[in-house]
This record gives sequence, C-alpha cells and structure tokens, in this order.
Amino acid sequence: MPASTVSDGLVVLGAKDLTKSFGGIRAVDHLDLTLARGELRCLIGPNGAGKSTLFGLLSGLHRPDAGHIVFKDEDITNLKPFQRVRRGLCQKFQTTRIYRALTVAQNLVIADRTPRSSRRKNGRLSWALSTLGLDSEGEVPAGELSHSHQQWLEICLALATEPDLLLLDEPTAGMTPEETELTAQFVVNLNRQGLTVLVVEHDMAFVRYIAQRITVLHYGRIFTEGSLGEIESNHEVRRIYLGER
Amino acid sequence: MAREYTGFWRVLNGPQEIGRGPVFWCLFAFVALGLLGYPFFGSVFALSNLANFCLYIPMGLGLALLWGYNGVLSFGQGAFFAIAGYVYGIIAGNLLDIPGGTLLAAVGGIAASAAIAAAFGYFVFYGQVSNWIIPLLLLVLSLILETFMAQTAGYQWRVGSVLLGGYNGMTNVPSLEIGSANFGGASIAFYYLVVALMLITYLGLRLLVNSHYGHVVVGIRDDVERTRMLGYNVALIQIQVFVVAAALAGLSGILYVSWGNYINPSSMGLLAATLPVIWTAVGGRSSLLAVLLSTVTLRWLADTLAVRGGEYAFLVMGILLLVTMLFFPAGIVVTLARRWLHQKSMYRDLKQNGAP
Repeated sequence: MPASTVSDGLVVLGAKDLTKSFGGIRAVDHLDLTLARGELRCLIGPNGAGKSTLFGLLSGLHRPDAGHIVFKDEDITNLKPFQRVRRGLCQKFQTTRIYRALTVAQNLVIADRTPRSSRRKNGRLSWALSTLGLDSEGEVPAGELSHSHQQWLEICLALATEPDLLLLDEPTAGMTPEETELTAQFVVNLNRQGLTVLVVEHDMAFVRYIAQRITVLHYGRIFTEGSLGEIESNHEVRRIYLGER
Repeated sequence: MAREYTGFWRVLNGPQEIGRGPVFWCLFAFVALGLLGYPFFGSVFALSNLANFCLYIPMGLGLALLWGYNGVLSFGQGAFFAIAGYVYGIIAGNLLDIPGGTLLAAVGGIAASAAIAAAFGYFVFYGQVSNWIIPLLLLVLSLILETFMAQTAGYQWRVGSVLLGGYNGMTNVPSLEIGSANFGGASIAFYYLVVALMLITYLGLRLLVNSHYGHVVVGIRDDVERTRMLGYNVALIQIQVFVVAAALAGLSGILYVSWGNYINPSSMGLLAATLPVIWTAVGGRSSLLAVLLSTVTLRWLADTLAVRGGEYAFLVMGILLLVTMLFFPAGIVVTLARRWLHQKSMYRDLKQNGAP
C-alpha cells in the first residue's frame, strides 16, 4: 500500500554540514539533511553507515564536532536532549528503553504530564494505545510484555511527549512479519495525523510498506535520496546495501 | 490509561511502597497509637532509648529515597548528619540567651547540610559522574571532614564562644527549645518530637514517592537515558533528591545532638558512613517501611550488643549485611513481604478459579 504524505513543504528540521568522529572513525561526515513538516522519511544504509550516530546527533545524545541543527527555525545544536524533547523532538531508541520493573500504567504516568504535554492534548496517545492493544495491559509489568509490545510501548512513551518530529530507530527489530506490517500501518497513520517521522530501518518489507522518500547513508554521508522506485532501481544502492553484484 | 496520581489517599496508598490497603493502615494506626501511649507506662530510660533509636529514621528514610528510589548509593549520609549537628552546636552555643536560638540553629544546621549537598550534587550530577563513583566520592568527603574535625582541638579552634573540640568532640551543646518546652534527651517532649518527626517523614516521603514526581524519580533509577528523552532535566531532579536526603540526615543529626548534647568527628567516620547503608540494605532499599523497621531494629540490636561489651555489634552488622547481600538482595523485609503478597494473590486466584 503506498502511503500518502501530508507534508506542506515547510522545513521542520535542517541539519547542515554535520560531522562526528569517534576516535579515528568518522561516523557522520559533513552531512546535510532536510525534513519537511509532515514528511515520513526512511533512512537506510549498511551497518556502520552512521544512521544511529545521526539519530544521536539529532536527539542531542552526541555533540557534533562540526555543523548545525535547526529545528522549527531554532538552532538546537547546543541544546541538551531534554531541552530538545521539550521543543518537540523525541526518539525511540534502537534497543528498547522502557521502565521494565514498572507497570505499563506507571510507565505512562512518567511519560505523561511532561512539561510539554501538560500544555495540550491531542488524543494521539490514547489512539496509539488502543490501536496497538496496550490499553488493556495497564497493570502488566512492562518487562513482562511481549517483545513487540515493549517496542510499541516505547513508541507510546515518545508520543506522550507530544512530539512534532518523531525519530524511530529500528522500530520493528525482532518482530514477526505480521507485527512488522502492523507497525508500518501504525506509523503511516501517525504520519497521516500530521506527525513528521524519520525512521531508521533495516527491514525492507517495512521500508517498502511505508516509504515516501528514502535517504541512503553510506560512510557517514548521504549517498542518494529518492522515491522507493528510484532507490530500488538504483544499481549502486543495490550493490552497497542490498548486496547485489 | 495513564492513571493520574492526584487524590491524596490514592497517592498515599500508591504502588511505590509495600505496605498498602486497610490491614496495613489499621496496623499502622495501632503502632502509632502505641508509640503515643508508651510514655504512660514506659520508664524514662526506655523512652530515652527508644527516642534514640527512632531519631535515625529520617536519615535512613532519606537514604532509601536516594538509593532505593533514585538509584544513587551514598556513603555521605553520616557526614550530612554530622555537619548539621556541628553547625547546630555552633549556632545554638552562640545564641544561648536569645529566645528561639536553638530553633534558628536547627534551621541553620539543616540548611548547611542541604547547601553542601547541593554544591556537591551540582558538580556530580551535572558532570554525569558514574553512579558507582558517587558513593566513593562521598566516602572521601566524609573522611576528609572527619580528619579535619579531629584536628580542631585547642582554643584557637573556636567559633564565637563555641569550641570545636577536636577528637573529643563538641560538648555541652544545648538541647532544642521551643517556647518553654525543652527537648532534652531524657524528656517526654523529646520522645514525642521524635515520634512526630518520624511519622511526618514517613508519610511525607510516601506521598512524594507515589506522586508524579516520585514516579519520575524512580524512572531515573530504572533508565536515565529514557527519562532524559521524555523531557526531564534528570540532573536537576537528582540534585533535588540528594538535597532532600541530606536534609533528612541533617534532621537526624540535630535530633542526635539535642538528645545527647554532644557530637564528635566519629559521627562522620567510616563506621558512621556505613551504618545507614546497612540499615537500608538489610530492610530493603526499595521500601520506606522496610527501612524504617530495619533502622529501629538494627539500632536496638547494636545497642543491646554494645551493652554486653566488646565489638560484637560491628561484627553482627557485618554478618547481617553479608547474609542480606547473598540471600536477600532486595532486603529481608521486602523479600518476605513480596513472598507473602505473592502467596496471598495465589490463594485468591485459587479461591476464584478452583484447584487447577
């Protein structure tokens, strides 16, 4: 199912000349990235291409060695992660990070009523909880949820902060094909409600399901950008990422 | 679905504490009434001893909040206890003739502990120092303070009219006085003050840990990065919790000097730094009730053993800590309570669903 975009073309995030090295390895190398409001973008690339480092730079977990990040017309390069969340930028981590010892309801108590979400409620969270079947698991300790439900709970925690841009780092890792499709449907519906989403994903089934526009990363740089058809027919992308000769 | 933890009763009876429900609160009321009625039949000696055991409860509960609920172990509670005690002694000794002087001294003592904790916390938490280094830094702080205070003998070490006293300690510290009431160690007034402060601290911290703020505190313990990524200023919250724990240790310190009119540098020494950790670990750091019970029990046990002579008390405390770490990592009271709650729920399920 091809997804439709609700983007109005206004830039919500602009990263310019971003660079980050770890020791002698340049994980992100003079990278430029622009996201339009309401866009749903997939970020793909082989292991070590710099996808997770780029996410770390956008969410503030890493400080860039050079470059700037502008979010909603504000330079957020020097802001701490919590300050970026309060401005509407939230991330779901690659390895699931939820409060395992606490119940689902307690997880949501922590995520809810954060400084941002107390200001406005758009009902997105309750819609997400019921769509993903988490609304009946309030008293279950989060660590006892199935793998997919743990991943979904983390997305819901991020949604509780009322983000304008959601970063999803491999949201379907370890999921069955059915769960992957459900997650893809969910992400598409989230985007249709106006939320800008940037997804890193290895699962090409997921990427094919949701992709509007795909950015391919290679050696810390943007290798190419384009529609699903353009990317899949690009011989060089097939060689570096899909492993074809 | 996110439950709003706002109603007073709902927050007080919230999920971050093992003692909940009507049976617990009946027992709680029974014990509280027993403590209030104890002066009518207990001897002055017994009252004074019980007050001494209970005055350590705010320090224990503060460490439970800091370590059990926020995940930061501290070997510095003894230091904050002693800082408040010394500052109280200095201010109260200089304001002997002023009405309300001891009350001002109490506020000053607690403020001193809180201020030092805030300064220490600022560097440690904003610097994102690893959780396992913090207790070591605090132990070093305690030992430096002990070493410093131990060499303050002689008349040159005085603040106003109060001598610091070196290793022999500060003597003749006046007891707290509020109006005409004197809270000396052997007085019924002191006993009631300690019981009141113990109950207020316990109930106050119960409200805190079960509030929305308390959930965030627990969230920081369980996953710092996730909590940051939900928009919370984690370092600021950690400092706040650290300051509350230090202030509570300071409160215990002030009660201690008011009780014994004396404080010396060993109150910030190695043993004093370790004991609160043992009380908290043995009861179970994730429950305020468990720490309250273990603090009183272990204080009583140490006192009873000390009366019999020798250094058995320290040996027994050490063995207790080892046994707890090996067999009850969550703490003795917490483990037993969980087991009981588990059996109760199994029994209830069995009654509802019949035998499997």
